[in-house]
Amino acid sequence: MAKYLLLKHYRGAPAPVNDVPMDQWAPEEISAHVQYMQDFAARLEKTGEFVDGQALAPEGTWVRYDGEGRPPVTDGPFAETKDLIAGWMVIDVDSYERAVELAGELSAAPGAGGKPIHEWLELRPFLAAPPTITECPHR
Amino acid sequence: MNEALLRSLTPSVLAILVRRGADFAAAEDAVQDALVEAVRVWPADPPRDPKGWLVTVAWRRFLDATRADAARRRREDLVEEEPAPGPAPAVDDTLQLYFLCAHPSLTPSSAVALTLRAVGGLTTRQIAQAYLVPEATMAQRISRAKRTVSGVRFDQPGDVATVLRVLYLVFNEGYSGDVDLAAEAIRLTRQLAAAIDHPEVAGLLALMLLHHARRATRTAPDGSLVPLAEQDRGRWDTESIAEGVGILQAALARDRLGEFQAQAAIAALHADAPTAEETDWVQILEWYDELVRLTGSPVVRLNRAVAVGEADGPRAGLAALAALDDSLPRHTAVAAYLHERDGDLATAARLYAEAAQKAPNLAERDYLTRQAARLNARRCR
Repeated sequence: MAKYLLLKHYRGAPAPVNDVPMDQWAPEEISAHVQYMQDFAARLEKTGEFVDGQALAPEGTWVRYDGEGRPPVTDGPFAETKDLIAGWMVIDVDSYERAVELAGELSAAPGAGGKPIHEWLELRPFLAAPPTITECPHR
Repeated sequence: MNEALLRSLTPSVLAILVRRGADFAAAEDAVQDALVEAVRVWPADPPRDPKGWLVTVAWRRFLDATRADAARRRREDLVEEEPAPGPAPAVDDTLQLYFLCAHPSLTPSSAVALTLRAVGGLTTRQIAQAYLVPEATMAQRISRAKRTVSGVRFDQPGDVATVLRVLYLVFNEGYSGDVDLAAEAIRLTRQLAAAIDHPEVAGLLALMLLHHARRATRTAPDGSLVPLAEQDRGRWDTESIAEGVGILQAALARDRLGEFQAQAAIAALHADAPTAEETDWVQILEWYDELVRLTGSPVVRLNRAVAVGEADGPRAGLAALAALDDSLPRHTAVAAYLHERDGDLATAARLYAEAAQKAPNLAERDYLTRQAARLNARRCR
């Protein structure tokens, strides 16, 4: 049992195969895309593999401590920020292989022309509590 | 209300319903209903025979629930299929429940969830909390598991090894929330050991007790890892150790060695050493050789390399390590440790930092980072 974070990058990752900006899709193509992701989440809820998921707004603010008694500095997003995390989902699955399989499936969401967008997703394992047994083999 | 009593009665009540021909999922629902009823009624009107009370109420609930036409027809078919009443077989129903919950058709996580629910009597909320997932997620996992095993005949003999693997998974999970999964795994394994005479069941129980005995000393108050050599041995639970060793010795005397007995033997040798320096590494190495023979597992070979390093010196340990795939979990951490023992602090510091990057949990990452920092500080002085 392991938890993974699926990070959806709309920017910052290599260009997907079907790389057409979303505002140039047909409205029903957008609906199909959204529906696909909702169905995906609903299916994972049924299999007992869904933990949490949220969409994120594209704009962010950088915040930094600016010394004793002063308010934190805020700025940005900086011009050189190439990355955009569009949303995330946490899954709890039996194996790494299953996590990869699910990420691949999510990446196949339909885009322009109804074809899969082949979007790059980042798959990050959660660090867990140490197991009870540490000196002995565990598989 | 005695929650522990209810929890201990749950599996046998469930098993009786299933043996009477109730579908597993329906039986489970009926038992849950009966438990809720017990919580409501018992404080004012405690039954003389709690188990009999639960069976009666649960069976009535089950009949109520299956009164619908389709369900009745199914049940009649079931009754028809039932063998003619004869001498009652001397089998422990609860044992069958263990086999069912660990059925090979279930994924490991489903088997774990179902075992904790059906045999352990935990609530879905408690299981969800222990595994840090939403309750809805755990509920789905359990109901899927119930559906998966609903067609499985209750009279098939199960595979003990599968049951032990599931209990071992529960134990390894550690704990969080209000349920201590390690303690829960020990309780269930104890129950299993009482129901079945099998040296590997005893081996697993001994292993769990021996590890559990050291648990309090394994982390510092701030949550950081304390390695075995630095643990305060005065705080080890000597009662658990004595019990574990006793169970292990009885199992080993049966001369049917298995991997859990071998692992327990290694744990017992650690528990037996008054100081880390007095650890009998030569004998531990012999047990690792047995384990390699029994399992062929690469992880066991890695642990064996550590034992070689202690028994025959760090160079020998590094030679044993060199024969192994360096993508194994903790391979880099072991290499770092052996290089430090060998006096090559620069290599050790670099490898500790590298191992920290690959650590599977936060406590281990912090520990390895601290090792790297300690060596770097020493080299710069």
